[in-house]
Amino acid sequence: MTSVLEVRELRVRFPGRAAPAWPVDGVDFTLERGEMLALVGESGSGKSLTSLALLRLVPAPGTITSDSSIRLGEIDVMSLDGDALRRIRGRRIGLVMQDALGSLNPVLTIGDQLCETIRTHFPLSRSAARARAEALLAEVALPDPARRLTSYPHQLSGGQRQRVLLALALAGEPEVLIADEPTSSLDVTVQAQILALIDHLRASRGMAVLLITHDLAIVAGRADRVAVMYAGRIVETGATRTVFATPGHPYTRGLLDSLPRLRGPVRLVEPIGGSVPSPDDWPAGCRFHPRCPRRMPACTSQPPVVPVAPGHTMRCWLPRTAP
Amino acid sequence: MNELGRRLWADPAGRAGTVILLLLILAVIALPPMLPDHRVQPDIVRGAQPPSAHHLLGTDNLNRDVFARVVRGGQISLLVAAGAVLMSVTLGTLVGLVAGYAGGWVDGVLMRLVDATLAVPRLFLLLLLVAALEHIPLGILILSIGATGWLGTSRLVRAEVLRLKALDFTRGAVALGARPSRVIFTHLLPNVTGPLAVATTLAVGDVILLEAGLSFLGLGVQPPTPSWGGMILDAKPYIVSAPWSSLAPGAAIVLTVLAVNLVGDALSHAQAEGG
Repeated sequence: MTSVLEVRELRVRFPGRAAPAWPVDGVDFTLERGEMLALVGESGSGKSLTSLALLRLVPAPGTITSDSSIRLGEIDVMSLDGDALRRIRGRRIGLVMQDALGSLNPVLTIGDQLCETIRTHFPLSRSAARARAEALLAEVALPDPARRLTSYPHQLSGGQRQRVLLALALAGEPEVLIADEPTSSLDVTVQAQILALIDHLRASRGMAVLLITHDLAIVAGRADRVAVMYAGRIVETGATRTVFATPGHPYTRGLLDSLPRLRGPVRLVEPIGGSVPSPDDWPAGCRFHPRCPRRMPACTSQPPVVPVAPGHTMRCWLPRTAP
Repeated sequence: MNELGRRLWADPAGRAGTVILLLLILAVIALPPMLPDHRVQPDIVRGAQPPSAHHLLGTDNLNRDVFARVVRGGQISLLVAAGAVLMSVTLGTLVGLVAGYAGGWVDGVLMRLVDATLAVPRLFLLLLLVAALEHIPLGILILSIGATGWLGTSRLVRAEVLRLKALDFTRGAVALGARPSRVIFTHLLPNVTGPLAVATTLAVGDVILLEAGLSFLGLGVQPPTPSWGGMILDAKPYIVSAPWSSLAPGAAIVLTVLAVNLVGDALSHAQAEGG
């Protein structure tokens, strides 16, 4: 497999009154062609900011530090600016936002918004763009695409709007699709449909998908690999199956234990105590140690990245000290 | 926009204002060719004649038909209002869009400029502009009124843009590769048309009053071109002996401004209802 997106040492800095905050602080991951990687974390873990950073859209006054590296195939995203950056956005990396209503312009028809995005990236006539827009709506399985072109966003249901957002993100024929909590505003049955659709599009287009979510339940069975993010860092990465079966990091275990199970013996859901610390005051060493049930003296210094199994790594002191 | 029009029509006050305004516009366009020539030789001996079958609203002190002059004056007043408002709304919208979208120092400089200019009363500014000229062509009058009227519009548009800029669809458009000009004109501008329509309509009323006031002070439309304000000025000495010659243009001003404000109010209600 070849990697389409390679992120190394990604750091986002926000100036603060006393000390700067580092909501994303040294994130590494690779996205292989055609795979779905799930970036999982609680609110405040820095996962959404990571996705914006990939498009160089970190909101001011935040900045991406210069030693961060984002490589999109042959392109060094960090070295781009202006027009070159715009040719990446939407064209190479598509973004599906989480709020399906707020992400569509209320006064433009679905067709206008799609055609505009298509014509931003491809030199097509109005009618050709219109035809492609209709094909895109059909591809995201929106019923009656021709008629939907003339609809306004408020005339569609939540699930339909999410499909339109997907079509918009696909309009530039990107090789990477970032889906930031694509289903959080939808009810459960529609969630499943949208996720199945994203998975189908990934396969049919050979597109890599970065699925950002706080919901481990939707990751299982969909994503090829999962990266668990905590306090600005990825604490565990591996194939979804092995991470779920043999979680290494205490945080991942905590996340899995806090999910209700349908099979197996009845047991109480065990939440993780406390909440994610603030990015201007990360704990020293392992950032999870104040909440960790298995903390030990070593945890106050930076833990190493250690292998758990082939292709499965975590950032933790446990294996080094375990008997 | 169609939705806004429908709600305007559903409101009785809005419908009345729209009808009066349309009739006024139709009158000043269609009537002039049918009216007695206003450039007829003045007749000081006959002087002002009361309304009669021949002169519907009587004649003024120079024996000119008041009705014909009110209609022609209306043509000028509406032309000035349309021209000046078009100019100020365009200017104000552009400044507001740029200031709101760019933010930072661009926004700071533009808005401080607006604040500073707003600190000087508009009429005073206009008096300074036109009083410097000996002869005031109509074009200059329109330009001056237009150039002093965009400040409020720019603030309105800027505030709307700041609100819209924080919404996901604007950020989404950027994330999908839209260039700034596209974000501004395809995504932001269509979303400010509602409040802009209200502001524009109300501005027309303001400009008609402003032009009447300037002409009344002798600094607006220059005689012998008729204008409502100018006619009231001319008729001032005869307000007792020939009240019709000042009442008619006065009534025309009241009717027009009232109609415009009815439409503006109804539009702003329609705007608040549906958004």
